[in-house]
Amino acid sequence: MSAEAYLRPKRGLASPLTGVIPEEVRQTWFYKFLLFPVGQMIIFIVGASAVLTLLAYLVALLVPEPRPGIVLADQISRQLPGMIISGITIGFVYSMVALGYTLVYGVLKFINFAHSEIFMVGAVTGYEIMLRIQEAGLLQQMSPFMLVPTLVIGSGLLAGLLAVLIERVAYRPLRGAPRLVPLITAIGLSFVLQDVVRAFFSLTRNAFNLTYPLNNLEWLRAPVRLTFGEANVNVRVTSILIVVSAVIMLVALNYFVNGTKWGRAIRATSQDQTMAGLLGINVNLMISLTFFLGGSLGGASGALYGLNIGTVTPYVGFIPGLKAFTAAVLGGIGNLTGALLGGLTLGIIESFLNGILVYFPALGTRYTDIFTFSILILILIFRPSGLLGEKVDEKV
Amino acid sequence: MSMQTVLELENLHTYYGHIHALKGISMTVGRGEIVTLIGTNGAGKSTTLRTISGVLKPKRGTVRYQGKDINGMRVHDIAAMGISHVPEGRRIFPLLTVLENLELGGWNVKDRAVAKQRMERAFELFPRLKERVNQKGGTLSGGEQQMLAIARALMTDPDVLLLDEPSMGLAPVLVEAIFDIITEINKLGKTILLVEQNALMALEVAHRGYVLQTGEIVLSDSAKALAADESVRKAYLGEA
Repeated sequence: MSAEAYLRPKRGLASPLTGVIPEEVRQTWFYKFLLFPVGQMIIFIVGASAVLTLLAYLVALLVPEPRPGIVLADQISRQLPGMIISGITIGFVYSMVALGYTLVYGVLKFINFAHSEIFMVGAVTGYEIMLRIQEAGLLQQMSPFMLVPTLVIGSGLLAGLLAVLIERVAYRPLRGAPRLVPLITAIGLSFVLQDVVRAFFSLTRNAFNLTYPLNNLEWLRAPVRLTFGEANVNVRVTSILIVVSAVIMLVALNYFVNGTKWGRAIRATSQDQTMAGLLGINVNLMISLTFFLGGSLGGASGALYGLNIGTVTPYVGFIPGLKAFTAAVLGGIGNLTGALLGGLTLGIIESFLNGILVYFPALGTRYTDIFTFSILILILIFRPSGLLGEKVDEKV
Repeated sequence: MSMQTVLELENLHTYYGHIHALKGISMTVGRGEIVTLIGTNGAGKSTTLRTISGVLKPKRGTVRYQGKDINGMRVHDIAAMGISHVPEGRRIFPLLTVLENLELGGWNVKDRAVAKQRMERAFELFPRLKERVNQKGGTLSGGEQQMLAIARALMTDPDVLLLDEPSMGLAPVLVEAIFDIITEINKLGKTILLVEQNALMALEVAHRGYVLQTGEIVLSDSAKALAADESVRKAYLGEA
């Protein structure tokens, strides 16, 4: 890259704030690792929701009555809070999985297509852990503040270690090979993992449609009622759990990557592997660490996803994995903030489409993915590097 | 004068694919010396440094550091032993700040007080870097980047510093400044192996020199003698 490419000011989306907030504040721990990342999430959520709400009403203006007797604008107004909340929920799941793609892409410039199976392993591990807790007779008395962290940490750890193992045995020997080679290995690995998991559960549980034992949990079934002016919205407890867990994990990831010595070494490795090695940094260790981080985020989000949808299978990773990859590309692959933005945006887009498409004759929620991916294609035609492609400071 | 040998290369052969880049290089670097490698483009100067730091693996021959064979050791292990390589083109981490770049140089330093002390020393040597401590590495000028690259390498507190073309692309004033710094660092007790196209400057600061030609050493002598040598003056010092 030329020197000029670096000289251009590189700023994130929150750059309008840099002038407002004094330098002393921006250097504080509280701002860098709490206020800034959380603020960024809020800005992304509010921004994406606002833009999509506007678009939705625009559609309502163009097609006021998609079916006789149904006024689209009224339906949108009624459903708006619900659509936003479910969009945020799934958006955070996509973001966390997208981070796995983007972290690995950052250090190896390679798309780890087996990451969707890491997510799946997290989802089935969450099931296995929850079932064991139930079999031990502890599920009823366990508080959600114990249960959810147990699932998330258990699945995250296992999936993280699996990701490290995969890198070690399947990708590292191919480090010098042309880029298509590890890509094909990754796709092959996906199939292997799916069928290994299927065989495992067929043998141990005699089934591979794995239903989380959620039915008897009172605290999980009772919705939380939120009031927005006139409208009442019932929010599912799992939505709240997902959002809270995701925010905690994302803040922790941001701290690790931008605030610790190890994170700094990962960033250095992603920018110049040889130079990192010359400074005494064990590059292979950093790559393993990156796979662990991405894998555990993916696994943890798999468990949260499982809690959300209830039933998982060994094939549950494919579609969310593909969408999370889309989110990573949408935000700008290799860019952590981009993965967050891409995931949230995609989740909210999808949820809006789910809410609105049902009112159109001959269309329906089954067409959501077509619209989602069309949007992706359009964005990439006009901005091939993704939304935050070259703009943000930290590429990992 | 009996000088302790720190670095010893013996009959080193290195290949880039099928290209035979080093054809049996043998040389020594003594403790506290500045030794320079001069030669034209493609003579194998950078390849020699890369082979020492472990970026490239030689096909034959040995590299001994303090009497120990370091062939086949991993790059980061060689760096941890006290050989610091400042590669061609500086290789600053462009998206990390000056401070972060320096902190990475201190990767192997476990003691925070020691790291802090080295950081202070880096800022003493390069006051410019202190002014730009929170600036991204990629926004620095060429000279500042070179200073940062050297400062970063010094953070590892190496015994041996391998410098590859530190003067490349710099304005004449800065070239002089960089060479002054090299002399100063040498006075701090660091051994320096310097690769330069600017042979005139290199021979001025160095104690000894080797002349490389298409992967072989064709001449070796004290820097003074090399600077006076007819054939060297013709080939590398631009005299007709």
